[in-house]
Amino acid sequence: MNPESLRYTMDHEWVGEQNGLCVVGITDYAQEQLGDVTYVELPKIGQRLKRGEEAAVVESVKAASDVYAPLSGEVAEINEQVENETDLVNRDPYGRGWFFKLKKYDAVEYAELMTYTAYRAFCQGR
Amino acid sequence: MELIFEKSRAGRRAVSLEPLDVPEAPLSTEFCRTAALPLPEVGELDVVRHFTLLSRLNFGVDSHFYPLGSCTMKYNPKVSELVAALPGFAALHPHLSTAKVYEPVCQGALELVFETERMLAEIGGMKAGCLQPMAGAHGELAGVLLIAAYHRDKGNTHKRTILIPDSAHGTNPATAAMAGFEVREIPSTAAGTMDFDKLVEALDDTVAGVMMTCPNTHGLFEPKVHEVAERAHAVDALLYYDGANLNAIVGKCRPGDLGFDVMHFNLHKTFATPHGMGGPGSGAIAVGERLLPYLPGPKVVKGPDGYTLEAIPKSMGRMAAFFGNFLIAVRAYAFLRHYGGDGLASVGENAVLNANYMFARLRGAYQAAFEGNCMHECVLSASRQADKGVHALDIAKALLDRGFHAPTIYFPMTVRECLMIEPTETESKETMDFFCDAMLEIARLVDEDPNALHAAPVTMPVSRLDEVRAAKNLNCACLT
Repeated sequence: MNPESLRYTMDHEWVGEQNGLCVVGITDYAQEQLGDVTYVELPKIGQRLKRGEEAAVVESVKAASDVYAPLSGEVAEINEQVENETDLVNRDPYGRGWFFKLKKYDAVEYAELMTYTAYRAFCQGR
Repeated sequence: MELIFEKSRAGRRAVSLEPLDVPEAPLSTEFCRTAALPLPEVGELDVVRHFTLLSRLNFGVDSHFYPLGSCTMKYNPKVSELVAALPGFAALHPHLSTAKVYEPVCQGALELVFETERMLAEIGGMKAGCLQPMAGAHGELAGVLLIAAYHRDKGNTHKRTILIPDSAHGTNPATAAMAGFEVREIPSTAAGTMDFDKLVEALDDTVAGVMMTCPNTHGLFEPKVHEVAERAHAVDALLYYDGANLNAIVGKCRPGDLGFDVMHFNLHKTFATPHGMGGPGSGAIAVGERLLPYLPGPKVVKGPDGYTLEAIPKSMGRMAAFFGNFLIAVRAYAFLRHYGGDGLASVGENAVLNANYMFARLRGAYQAAFEGNCMHECVLSASRQADKGVHALDIAKALLDRGFHAPTIYFPMTVRECLMIEPTETESKETMDFFCDAMLEIARLVDEDPNALHAAPVTMPVSRLDEVRAAKNLNCACLT
């Protein structure tokens, strides 16, 4: 997906709308900070998530981090491939390295997420 | 270096067993192997050379500077080892502490437990200590379970949350979760200390406790710690002091006086006992008035006829068999008696002085993570170097080639490309200068020869390890 058309959280998750679902992954900045990813744990299909709730876990050679639900919704699909090929998170964070897709998501919360420009400014300030 | 299995030659032996001179007893076939164990077949000299050579690859404080921030790899005085090796301590059977009838024959050991707990409580500004927990994280668990026991006893069933700053060691949230609490993270400010307003916001009636490390893992003293204690106590939340960094303030400032209710001591960090892994460890705890009734038991009590073991009626129960890693407590006791009160204060002073000396020498070439002075460790960021393609990991590996253990890297996670340096109080100015010179040389190489840094280490027994493969393809060898 094109990073410029995505929305972002302060915890470095990205969100993109695709065929009525919200795709969620972690940003290029996040994968660079984490270093080589060695383990990904995804939510279960059908799981209902509230905004800010722990949704997934990502572990690298440096650290283990929680991935939070950027907005409320129900898990419709998960990327099983990324659980086996964890380096996809490093190689293609906005594409094949996606984590999960949400349905019945909250459109108001989506609108509240940072734009690409805002997120870039946020990262540069760190 | 060859593995001992590669040195194996069929039929070679180090030991010849005596012929069997007792009748052979039958063993059920379910316990018998069907094939021989694939053990190496080597001679005695092979074994001696193999392990002597291996021992020479050891890297430790006794041979090298080891500025591993947050871990406090400090020198263990050999006199403490001598004391711990005295047969009256080393050969004492732990069961002597389990029945009244044995008390007369282990008075010395009971006195040592009593005195060490008393001294730790005094250093912490607490009411009583307990040596049971086997290591720092175990001490944390004991402390948080004490907080749970307190709320259970008061019927505070609504208190289910523990607040922890984002700079905390990972053991804090793990401990709170293990004790059955929900964890809420409090962010740090740009200055590197806990965001007080965010804490006040989160401090509602459901909060059972607040865990703090002070100085924190950024090497900074939490300036509002006293206000945090007041606010926490106002909602009957208790304050936990993570003693990981007590070595910065020991003899100068007491957590109990700051308002903390419970704390653990990493005896290796502050009182120079062997570090964990090679340890064993000790995570002794101490408590203030509020938690006194719940302390793990039994307790050593001093009476007119000597020392006795007494049960604590409302005790949370045992945290370990006997008195934890008793011989580690013996070493800490020796250290405490050796230094005394004034000496202990100088431990903190020198640890802080050394860290600030290194900080001052390095903060030009490397980005200081926070403004101002540090406490016992300094936190730098290799972000400027990373922008040129040389990362904290490369710098760490290059230091190995120069005869130093690397500092802690990528922790705390709040700092990008983090390098965390802790010299401890025992290092000389010359040693710290050698290390700083190496760091400055590496900073120059970032511009002049970055490839040399990417290739490091080149002088170690093994080259750079494939960390991803090590994490993903863990091979637990199993003899079958």
